[in-house]
Amino acid sequence: MSLRVLNGFKFSSLRTPVHRLDPRAKFMLVIGTIVPSLLFTNIYLLVGLLLVQVPLLLVGRVTRRWVQSLRAGVFLSALIFVVNFFTGPLANAVALTLRFLLLMTTFSFFFMTTSPDDLGLAIDKVGFIRWLSRRWLGYPNALSFTFTTAVRLVPTMAVDAQTVVDAQRSRGLELDKGNLFRRVRNYIPILIPLLLIAIRRSLELAEALEARGFPGKEGRTSLFELRFKPVDYALLGMSLAGMALSFWVFFHYRIPTI
Amino acid sequence: MKIDSGDFLAIMGENGAGKTTLAKQLNGLLRPSLGKVTVDGDDTTKKSVAQLSRKVGIVFQNPDHLLFSETVKEEVGFALKNFGFEPGVIAKQVERTLEALDLAHYADISPFLLSGGERKRVALAAVLAWEPDYLILDEPTIGQDYQQKERLRDFILQLNSQGKAVVMVTHDVEFVAECNPKVVLMSRGRIVAQGQADEVLSDGGLIEKASLVKPQMAKLFSQLGEFGLPRDVVDVHRAKVLLEEKLLEVKVRVAQSS
Repeated sequence: MSLRVLNGFKFSSLRTPVHRLDPRAKFMLVIGTIVPSLLFTNIYLLVGLLLVQVPLLLVGRVTRRWVQSLRAGVFLSALIFVVNFFTGPLANAVALTLRFLLLMTTFSFFFMTTSPDDLGLAIDKVGFIRWLSRRWLGYPNALSFTFTTAVRLVPTMAVDAQTVVDAQRSRGLELDKGNLFRRVRNYIPILIPLLLIAIRRSLELAEALEARGFPGKEGRTSLFELRFKPVDYALLGMSLAGMALSFWVFFHYRIPTI
Repeated sequence: MKIDSGDFLAIMGENGAGKTTLAKQLNGLLRPSLGKVTVDGDDTTKKSVAQLSRKVGIVFQNPDHLLFSETVKEEVGFALKNFGFEPGVIAKQVERTLEALDLAHYADISPFLLSGGERKRVALAAVLAWEPDYLILDEPTIGQDYQQKERLRDFILQLNSQGKAVVMVTHDVEFVAECNPKVVLMSRGRIVAQGQADEVLSDGGLIEKASLVKPQMAKLFSQLGEFGLPRDVVDVHRAKVLLEEKLLEVKVRVAQSS
């Protein structure tokens, strides 16, 4: 079950208008959706925000995966509903469940339609992160590079993990045998090789990077430059306006749950 | 495809041809989606990997995927413990296997302190220790110097003579040529040829199909056809015998004509 939830957060390599949006603008859209959903518990508003996502998911052609991740998240939503149903009014329970679904949808939309490379480039553009990275690691691109590398290594590690499991099962290791304590111990022969492979790989990566002159001089250029297109500006403007409106309403009016 | 006890088989083919997938079918790590795999008459879909591994031992290509113990001795004994051998038997088997693979002096050393080639031999020992009837070796010659390859070959032949079946997945044409086992040639997930190494490895068309190179002797003899020499020669020993005969013949003819 848990793996299918993650499926809804994995990048799908497609070429759609949504994939081509600037990751910074898309991230602002995520924030612009989350802020009102956290400020208010109005059911109409939450349903509205949820419905706004649907055309975006359709254009991005990730609806099927989104439904999959929702189905996998049913248990958690049910839990949220039940807990809130017993501690408060029905409308509140519905609103909080909707809020959870909305947050999940928004984030899964973002991660499904933004390639890790673009995300790395976008992080590179954020002045604060560059500053922090320079102060901390001595090089402005170091943090974004760390992030992209980590994301990149996840599939490789998954393949390694499978091979290690295969190798140890071939030596008669039965993972789901014995009591709880025994089962945890069963994972030692899996975890130690995996850890060592990861350490060895990172050392090799460091050497390979140094051999190619990393970090190089400041002012590194990249093959693909992120540039705001009119649609990105529009998205940014809408998100900022939405957020400003939400805060203004939040401080001046009380919006009922239903 | 059928593997009998006492067989010596090499599975060859280009990268991604399905060699390792085939090997993993043999101890139930992968189950057939079509067709049937049986080990000693038992369908692999009805037995656990641990049960099948007792008979079919797979040595994985990269020793880093399986080494995790504090000492070489423990590493080699790990599978025996899993299979429920008596402690006394384990100690004896481990000692014997280490002796046979020239690792006895490393018994109490951490496997991680050993060189790549030595780690590879520890991985082999870890499987040989429980004396499986069928031994599957994935790329056993990578990272081994010539002397170690010779030892490996002697060792495989010795196992063969004890009635064990040895299956080797490899790219190393010269090694295969020297051993002259049965060869199963794979390409794009299918078996494209089966036969004795000297037949298969001297067939230019087949070799190209599986993205291999002919062994040097086969290259040489493919160009000596006009002197009445056979083309299906792959090993040095047979080449030497044939060439000596030819030379003798020529010598006699020269002596007669003068």
